[in-house]
Amino acid sequence: MDGENTRMLRNLTNRLLLIGLVLMLAIWVDTNEIVQIPNPFKDDGSPLFQVDVKPRLGLDLQGGLQVLLEADIADDVKVSREEMETARNIVENRTNALGVSENIIQLAGERRIVGEFPGAEDTDAILDIIQQTGLLEFVDTGTYAPSEGSTLQTDFLPGSSTPQTPADGTTVFHTIMTGNVLQGVNVSVTQTGEPAIDFVLNSEGAAIFAEHTSANTGKYLAIVLDKQVISAPIIESAITGGQGSISGNFTPETANALAVQLRYGSLPIPLKVVETRIIGPTLGEDSLQKSLVAGLVGFVIVALFMIIYYRLPGLSAVLSILAYAAILYAVFKLIGVTLTLPGIAGIMLSTGSALDANILIFERLKEELRSGRSLRQAFDQAWKRAWPSIRDSNVAALITAVILFWFGSSFGATIVKGFSFTLAIGVIISLFSSLFITQSFLALLFNIVKPTNYERSMGI
Amino acid sequence: MNILGKRYILFGFSLLIIIPGLIIMFTRGIPLSIDFKGGSLLEVKFDAAQPAPGEILDVYDASGIKDSQVQTSDSGSFIIRSEFMQNETRDAVLTALTAKFGKLEIVRFDSVGPSIGEQVTSRGTLAVIVSSLLVVLFIAWSFRGVQNAFRYGICAILAMIHDVAIIFAITAYGSLLFGWEIDALFLTALLTVIGFSMQDTIVVFDRIRENMSIYRRLDFEALVNHSIVQTLQRSINTQLMTVEFLLLALIMFGGATLQEFASILLIGLMSGTYSSIFIAAPILVLWENREWEKWFKPKALAG
Repeated sequence: MDGENTRMLRNLTNRLLLIGLVLMLAIWVDTNEIVQIPNPFKDDGSPLFQVDVKPRLGLDLQGGLQVLLEADIADDVKVSREEMETARNIVENRTNALGVSENIIQLAGERRIVGEFPGAEDTDAILDIIQQTGLLEFVDTGTYAPSEGSTLQTDFLPGSSTPQTPADGTTVFHTIMTGNVLQGVNVSVTQTGEPAIDFVLNSEGAAIFAEHTSANTGKYLAIVLDKQVISAPIIESAITGGQGSISGNFTPETANALAVQLRYGSLPIPLKVVETRIIGPTLGEDSLQKSLVAGLVGFVIVALFMIIYYRLPGLSAVLSILAYAAILYAVFKLIGVTLTLPGIAGIMLSTGSALDANILIFERLKEELRSGRSLRQAFDQAWKRAWPSIRDSNVAALITAVILFWFGSSFGATIVKGFSFTLAIGVIISLFSSLFITQSFLALLFNIVKPTNYERSMGI
Repeated sequence: MNILGKRYILFGFSLLIIIPGLIIMFTRGIPLSIDFKGGSLLEVKFDAAQPAPGEILDVYDASGIKDSQVQTSDSGSFIIRSEFMQNETRDAVLTALTAKFGKLEIVRFDSVGPSIGEQVTSRGTLAVIVSSLLVVLFIAWSFRGVQNAFRYGICAILAMIHDVAIIFAITAYGSLLFGWEIDALFLTALLTVIGFSMQDTIVVFDRIRENMSIYRRLDFEALVNHSIVQTLQRSINTQLMTVEFLLLALIMFGGATLQEFASILLIGLMSGTYSSIFIAAPILVLWENREWEKWFKPKALAG
């Protein structure tokens, strides 16, 4: 065998550089909770690029609460998409205010909302705040200027009071009226070109407003949604016409958002809790630990089998599977996939798919070598001839994953969705791994070892 | 190795597993979890007391909740299934349980309305049908170069139906022996097996496609048999060695939540490999030979 014939892949150096680069990026993402690139043109240390890549564990791994909400109206009444979207926003805003991290609030079907709160322990507080109607208040704060987003204690308490943790030394302010007096809200532009919010009150509200504003000119009037300050304008003059305008540091977007919040301060449609699931974190932890051990044991057996049975190609496959795992985990962290147990099952199956592709290729390699081709020819042929079956079988898997995903999202079965999503991403990365990484690694191994004894190096 | 010659024995073997399972399923009813049926599932763990399941049932009966059944889990907790409970009812039951058996910890509480079950079932069936149709179309398109391309798609689907039947049969046995239920995870396993069954069948079919252009004069049955033998090593290695290792590890070392899921998946994937070799390809030959025309002439059956 002459030297020229034994060198695999002319562009091997470039390929290995690319793989090295991808792997370095992947490991960088894998081992950090936040990835950032400092901005070289600024001294204040503000990053040029920053992504939060904390691993997200789903409800089953971390424990927590899952709530399924449904529009509480007759079945034959149609609920519009916008109404549901607004309700979703309100639920999200409210639960975020509780400081629960990694909330996922999603529309599920035409009249349902699924809320997930991994790690949530105070489940009653979450249920309470979701079921609240959504209370808009106009609060007299006198000369005190509350900051936007801060929480106010007011003296208006609807049927059931909400458990709010009062800040130290909080005073209770007087609510002069609530959102049920609003008749219309619009975004307008002031003479200076700044966005403002115009509102129209009903007759009852107009009377209260007129009385209050004439007596309290120059003082603050806070607009509070579910006890949270949206805006706290100064009363510039007495407002007697039942109309008013809120100006502030608005951008067109924030003005619009506030208008939406004012317009839909209360839920546009009543929501009822259809399903609540409380999953103890111990159960999740137990499952996670055991599944991790299981995955590790499984992988070690697979790795041993691959190396013993396929020798050099097997070694390159194991290395490429490790690279696959590193890339996959990095992609999940970057996209922000919330990992669940079925998701891990999906990963394991796509790993199986990656191994299958490798095995298909190696069986071809052996066949070509047995039929008397040179190592170089067999190497080229193995990938070429295994490709159609790898392509077709993976496309079939992808079709199924996509259908599953669609099926999962249409009614909020997050288990099915998590599984299909990780499966789909896994299948795509497994193609890169088996077609590109394994090939490059094997070429490198062949170049280093220069195998002549196929029985020892290839298990033939 | 003549695999195809024994095709009727192989069909018989599959039917031997499938038919009793389906009989169990239809006579005992499909064991559905509350994911489908709707109801409440409460899992509690007591700090000190370890009451008999009957004693817990008594508490449920006293609270006026019917249809309850108690299972113990291996971690020492109790899983109580019952008709649908409101939050107030649940709290009442918990208070009663605490009063009788001391401090307890809620491991799990699920309330699922029956309407969700209906939606899951109909959507699930729809998803299976849609993905099957798409895969048939895809296979037919991918095999457009060979004769009767559509047959390959149909045979892949028949093998898939075989795997689905196997899964249902195995689940029926499991429900009889271990109290398995059909839940949302079962659906995930089922749909996965469907995908991988196709994947596996396609690998075998791909070899047939390739061989058709190489051995142009070989008779179809011999050609299919040759293709099966050629892909056999890969099928065994992939399925029995790799995927199965991962799943086996999950069954043996994984958490209880996933064991039923992993078991069904394991059997389903084995069946997927089995059916691609012993069901899909033989049916292809059966179709080519139009064997059903000879089925009622006893002499020709020996084939």
